[in-house]
Amino acid sequence: MTTNDSMRALSKGRGLPLRENDVDTDRIIPARYLKWVTFEGLGKHAFQDARFDEAGKAKDHPFNDPRYKGASILVVNRNFGCGSSREHAPQALARAGITALVGESFAEIFSGNCVTLGLVAVRLSSEDAMALQDQVLADPSLSIEVDLEAREVRAGSKRYALSMPESQRQALVAGTWDSTGSLLSNIQAIKKTASGLPYMAWKSAG
Amino acid sequence: MSKNLFDKVWDAHRVGSLPTGQDQLFIGLHLVHEVTSPQAFGMLEERGLKVLYPGRSFATCDHIVPTDSRARPFADPEAEAMMAELEKNVKKHGIAFFDFASGRQGIVHVVGPELGLTQPGMTIVCGDSHTATHGAFGAIAFGIGTSQVRDVLATQTMAIDRPKVRKIEVTGKLGKGVGAKDLILAIMAQFGVEGGLGYAYEYAGEAVRALSMEGRMTLCNMSVEGGARSGYVSPDQTTYDYLKGRPYAPSGADWDKALVWWKSLASQADASFDDEKRVDGGAIEPMVTWGINPGHAIGVGQKMPKIGDMPAAERDVARKAYEYMQFKEGAPIAGTKINVAFVGSCTNGRISDLREAAAFAKGRKVAKGVRALVVPGSMQVDDQARAEGLDKVFAEAGFEYRQPGCSMCLAMNPDKLRGDEVSASSSNRNFIGRQGSPRGRTLLMSPSMVVAAALAGEVVDARSL
Repeated sequence: MTTNDSMRALSKGRGLPLRENDVDTDRIIPARYLKWVTFEGLGKHAFQDARFDEAGKAKDHPFNDPRYKGASILVVNRNFGCGSSREHAPQALARAGITALVGESFAEIFSGNCVTLGLVAVRLSSEDAMALQDQVLADPSLSIEVDLEAREVRAGSKRYALSMPESQRQALVAGTWDSTGSLLSNIQAIKKTASGLPYMAWKSAG
Repeated sequence: MSKNLFDKVWDAHRVGSLPTGQDQLFIGLHLVHEVTSPQAFGMLEERGLKVLYPGRSFATCDHIVPTDSRARPFADPEAEAMMAELEKNVKKHGIAFFDFASGRQGIVHVVGPELGLTQPGMTIVCGDSHTATHGAFGAIAFGIGTSQVRDVLATQTMAIDRPKVRKIEVTGKLGKGVGAKDLILAIMAQFGVEGGLGYAYEYAGEAVRALSMEGRMTLCNMSVEGGARSGYVSPDQTTYDYLKGRPYAPSGADWDKALVWWKSLASQADASFDDEKRVDGGAIEPMVTWGINPGHAIGVGQKMPKIGDMPAAERDVARKAYEYMQFKEGAPIAGTKINVAFVGSCTNGRISDLREAAAFAKGRKVAKGVRALVVPGSMQVDDQARAEGLDKVFAEAGFEYRQPGCSMCLAMNPDKLRGDEVSASSSNRNFIGRQGSPRGRTLLMSPSMVVAAALAGEVVDARSL
C-alpha cells in the first residue's frame, strides 16, 4: 500500500505476475458480478472464472498462488483491460489489494478508469515487462517500487523506465484524480461553451 | 490542409485545459443504462451534487432485461433491484427514461439513433464501450467508466486527453453478400486488437460511403474492439435522410440550420490526419472468428492460422485460443458445428439486420439440435419487424423470436450458453466466457452468416444459400 492516501507518487509492494496479452475486462470481472448496485464485494471475484472452475475448484492462476498472497503490484503484458468499459474491473483489482499495475500497454478506457480511482497503471517496454515478470517469478518476495516522480520501476538491482500519459502522472502525483470538483469549478466556462453549440437551442418534437 | 471532423467537433466542445493538462470536454448527449449508472448516482448523492443538465441525459434499460417476459418484478431479484434503482434515480433527477411503457425501450445504442438523439457534431458518451456506435453520424462518441458518468452527470463535462486521429480508407466496393460486419472484422484482423490504441478512427472511402446508416453503425460499433475508443464517418446525404423526421431530430427552421452546420463539419478531401491506412474493400469475404478476441477473424473460405505462422507476440494468445475453443490450427473454419445461433446486440440488432436474417431464414428450417434466437435491438425495431411479419418468418423457421435487450451478447440476463456450447453470434465479443458460460465458445459473424450457420448446423458461406 502507499503511505499517503491522497498521493500515488510511490507505490511499493511485492509483485504478482500475470503473463498474457489481451486480458479483457470480462476476464477480470465476469458480467454476472455487474448486477450489483454498488462496487462492494467485487474484490473476491477478480478473475473469478480464470481462478475457479464451475464447481468452485481452484485452478492454476497467479491470484490463487500462495507465493503471491498480499502482493500489490500486478505485472501484466500487452493490451491489458481491453473490451468493456466496466469500471468494475479496476474496482475489483483495487479491492483485491492491487495498488499499481505495470505492463506493456493498457486499453484506453481501462487506464482512464484506473486513474479515476487513483489506481496506478504504468507502461514498460515489452522486454522490460517480461524481465520484471521473470524477476518476480524467480523471487516472489522481491520488493518493487513504482516511482512516478523518478519515472521508473525499481526491483532489486534493476531499474526500468516507465511511461504513462502525462495527465495521468500529474493527477496521481498531485492527488487530483477525482476530477469532479475541478470540472465544476469552471461552471461559467461550461455554460459559455454550451451556449456556443448550435444544437443546444434546437427544438424537436421529442 | 483543413481540420478533420474530429478536430472541429472537439474544438467546439472544449471548455478549457485542466491542471493535469487534460482537456475539459463538454458532452452534448449522455446515454444512461441500468448497469453502470447506480454507483455514479450514489456518488452524486454522497456529495450532495445535482445533475447539471438533466435534459442532456437520456436513460433506458437493456443489459439485464429478460427477453422472455418483461413482467415486473423480474424473476431475477438482482435484475429487479438494478431496474428499481434506475427508476428511482431518473425520477429523482428529472432524466427522460425510455422504459417499457414508453414503447421506446431497447439497447441504448439502438435507441439513441432511432429516436434522432444521436446527431452529427455532438459529443456523446455512455457508460458502455460500444458508444462508439454513434460515431456513424459524424459524432465523437465513446465509452466511459462510472466515475466519469458521475462527472458528466454533475458537470456535463469530463476530463480527457485528446486522441490522435487515423483515417481508414476503405477502397473499392464490398462484394455481394459482404457487409459492414465483415468489413470491421477484416479491419480487426488486419490491424489487431490493439492497433487503434490512442486513436480515433475516421472511416472513409467508397465502400464506407456506400454503407447505409445501419451499416455505418455496425462499423463504428466495433472500433473499440480494435483498440480505438471511438470511430466515426463524416455525415452525408445518407445521414441526413436517416435523421429527418425522427422524434428528437431538429425540426422546422432548426432542421435547415442543422443541415448547414452538419455539412460544415464533414472532413474535406484536404483534411489532415495523424495517420492514414488503407483497406481493400473488394478483397473482403464473409468473416468468422475462430479464437478468443475479435482480431482472430478469417474469411469463411480460409483455414485457421497455424501458430508458427503468426507473429511471435500473438502466439501465446493463439495457443490459449485453440485450447479454449478446442479447434485445430490449420483446419478450415467452414464446417465447424454450432449449438446456438444468436441474431441481435448493439452491433447487429437493428431492423436492417433482422430483414437480412429473415431473408435467409424464409422458408427454411433451423438444423436439428440448434437453439436459435433472434432478439430485436429495441421495442421500435420489434414493432417494425412484427409489422413486416418477420417474427412469423423466424418462428416458422424454428427461431425463438424474443423481446428487446442486450441478451446473449453478454448474458447478464437469463440468455446464456451452457457448458462448452459453440455459438454463431452477430454480437461483438468472442472473449472467454462472454456469452454466459465460463466454457462457452463464440464465433462472431454477420446476421446472414449466423442464419446460414443455424440452418446448416455448422459454419457455411451464406453466399452459397
